[in-house]
Amino acid sequence: MTELTMAQALNLALRDALAEDERVLVYGEDVGPLGGVFRVTDGLTEAFGEDRCFDSPLAESGIVGTAVGMAMYGQRPVVEMQFDAFGYPAFEQVVSHVAKMGNRTRGGLRLPLVIRIPYGGGIGGVEHHSDSSEAYYAHTPGLRVVTPATPADAYSMLREAIESPDPVVFLEPKRRYWSKGEVEPGARTEPMDRAVVRRVGTDATLIAYGPMVTTALDTAAAASAEGLDIEVVDLRSLAPFDDATVTASVRKTGRAVVVHEASTFGGYGAEVVARVTERCFHYLDAPVLRVGGFDIPYPPPKLEEHHLPGVDRILDTLARLQWESRWVEPERSAPSAVAPNGLVLPAHDTRVNA
Amino acid sequence: MKRIDERPAPAPPGLPSLEPVRLVDRHGRRVDTPLYQSPGNAVLLELLRGMVVGRRFDQQAGALTRQGRLAVYPSSHGQEACQVGGALALDEGDWLFPTYRDSVALVTRGVDPVEVLTLLRGNWHSGYDSNRYRCAPQCTPLATNASHAVGLTYAARRKGENVAALVLMGDGATSEGDAHEAYNFAAVWNAPVVFLIQNNQWAISVPVHKQSKAPTLAHKAIGYGIRGHHVDGNDAAAVHSVVSGALADARAGKGPAIIEAQTYRIDPHTNADAPQRYRDATEVDRWRGRDPLNRLEALLRAEGLLDDDALAAMAAEGEALATRVRERMAGEDTLDPDELFAHVFASPTAQLLEQRQALRDELREA
Ligand SMILES: Cc1ncc(C[n+]2csc(CCOP(=O)(O)OP(=O)(O)O)c2C)c(N)n1
Repeated sequence: MTELTMAQALNLALRDALAEDERVLVYGEDVGPLGGVFRVTDGLTEAFGEDRCFDSPLAESGIVGTAVGMAMYGQRPVVEMQFDAFGYPAFEQVVSHVAKMGNRTRGGLRLPLVIRIPYGGGIGGVEHHSDSSEAYYAHTPGLRVVTPATPADAYSMLREAIESPDPVVFLEPKRRYWSKGEVEPGARTEPMDRAVVRRVGTDATLIAYGPMVTTALDTAAAASAEGLDIEVVDLRSLAPFDDATVTASVRKTGRAVVVHEASTFGGYGAEVVARVTERCFHYLDAPVLRVGGFDIPYPPPKLEEHHLPGVDRILDTLARLQWESRWVEPERSAPSAVAPNGLVLPAHDTRVNA
Repeated sequence: MKRIDERPAPAPPGLPSLEPVRLVDRHGRRVDTPLYQSPGNAVLLELLRGMVVGRRFDQQAGALTRQGRLAVYPSSHGQEACQVGGALALDEGDWLFPTYRDSVALVTRGVDPVEVLTLLRGNWHSGYDSNRYRCAPQCTPLATNASHAVGLTYAARRKGENVAALVLMGDGATSEGDAHEAYNFAAVWNAPVVFLIQNNQWAISVPVHKQSKAPTLAHKAIGYGIRGHHVDGNDAAAVHSVVSGALADARAGKGPAIIEAQTYRIDPHTNADAPQRYRDATEVDRWRGRDPLNRLEALLRAEGLLDDDALAAMAAEGEALATRVRERMAGEDTLDPDELFAHVFASPTAQLLEQRQALRDELREA
């Protein structure tokens, strides 16, 4: 076990991928000798040469477009968009080609490429450096969209993304680049399209991803002081969505809150709420709520703390989960009943009107 | 370009000539053009054959559209010299990056004509095996496949293969940011990519002078530090000569080139277009007088390389192709709705399998 920052874990993943697979190429803006503005590609040009890790012209559409061509011809390009908002010039390539090529050619031309994007706020970045752009990508059929929350996942998921036969938008929570965690060199965590339960709890589920997983865990710790036992699910994969893991958690707890940094209106959380409600309606003791950023363009650094969901706002939202209904509920520890679908339910969940 | 003397190549950026390079004038007479060499007789005959067959294919596709058998068809009529001249300049190992307009280039490249029409018939988004024919899928978002060619040749170079690529684009597409990015990437990476701009004078209803202030579109090459060539796009011999020269230069490590070919879209933009709203019929007539097939035919006849029988054989070949296309597209296609979910990812996700099942149930109940 080594303690690494998320940026170091990502660097190690690229390093190992470059070493293991001749087809892997890393390029983008300033990813060469500088090592990327966040140093994720630090030392790669030195170790593998200009041929494998290099600075390209400063043009995001061209970066992704050339990656499409490389992937068409058997390479495995890993390209970097320097910041979330600077990925927008490449949007047409992503939506019209990256996401569609495998489908439009009936599987004839698969595009095994990875687009790395540092995303989200919380680093005091000025305008255009803090967008949460995940919903644009997650809404686009044909893309895998994943986001790690821990250094161990950062390593494992990036390796898996590079090995994937499908194009992957790999969203890196930039405010967590410097947070540390144990990484077993070479070790793989759960498959990248699976959500995981980061904290087991019984009273409510916090559903989070990327930068908000840590915040959700902090919230759960604070809630336990208030007598609430909160489960935290880290989605990891935004597309496809791991219905099974999320549904199992919410059916168990009966209450859920989705947390993300992105503006709430039309945000990724809306999809999560819809899916959870469709699948867990009779298990729910309260509407599934969302905590997200306000519906405003990303604010200036001195105001971003008011925009970003924090522990207090999430606690307040948890408090709105109609806990009063508990007072009339049977005990949670009542004997279990078996639902028609074979799931074991706490007795209270069989009530028609929870 | 194939230089016939030993003069060194003009250091890029050399200015493309304002007068397009021409090897055969509109009456079918040879034009003495220093620096550019005419293709040999066999290639000239092959160019005419490709254009005759291509035009017949184009007419057939138009007819199928009027019968409702194609959803839409952007015609190549008038642009045969560019499409055939360009496609025939490719080596077997090279790649072609066509647009929606370039069906004739694909047929010339040897792609099954019915597979060429899959997209326009509305059956699927691309009907042919790109790897087999070394032709990328036909691209509709303008200029966006140009950078793919740059990336593909980069990948080929990494594999030790000397592959060049020919990107076809329209005059309107050169205004797109993606055209600029592709030219620039190609230049910086010294990529073996030739961009052939078929300037057919119109981007749907917008004339080329509203696209650019450049003296010619080939002049754009100067800003990228690469070669630019300006060619008569209704002169198949000139197109072939200039494109094969540029491809040879590219394969020889001399970098990319931008070629502007002056041509004309005789037909409407697609069957859905209304050209009388924006252009004068006399303009079309003027360009009919510069027909690329007539020109090459006149040359070959004058030089004793073509007689009525040889031309009839080419026409018969086109007729046979048209008949095959008609017959194969006469019936109704059976499409499998399951396939909607099959190719989105290398293997379908749980969500797609669920949706596939839902559609199956819906169809069973219907
Ligand atoms: C990015 C993009 N914008 C708009 C369109 C719609 N459109 C299709 S063809 C066309 C005109 C293209 O003109 P040109 O590049 O000269 O090619 P031509 O059709 O004349 O061959 C337009 C505007 C498109 N396909 N892609």
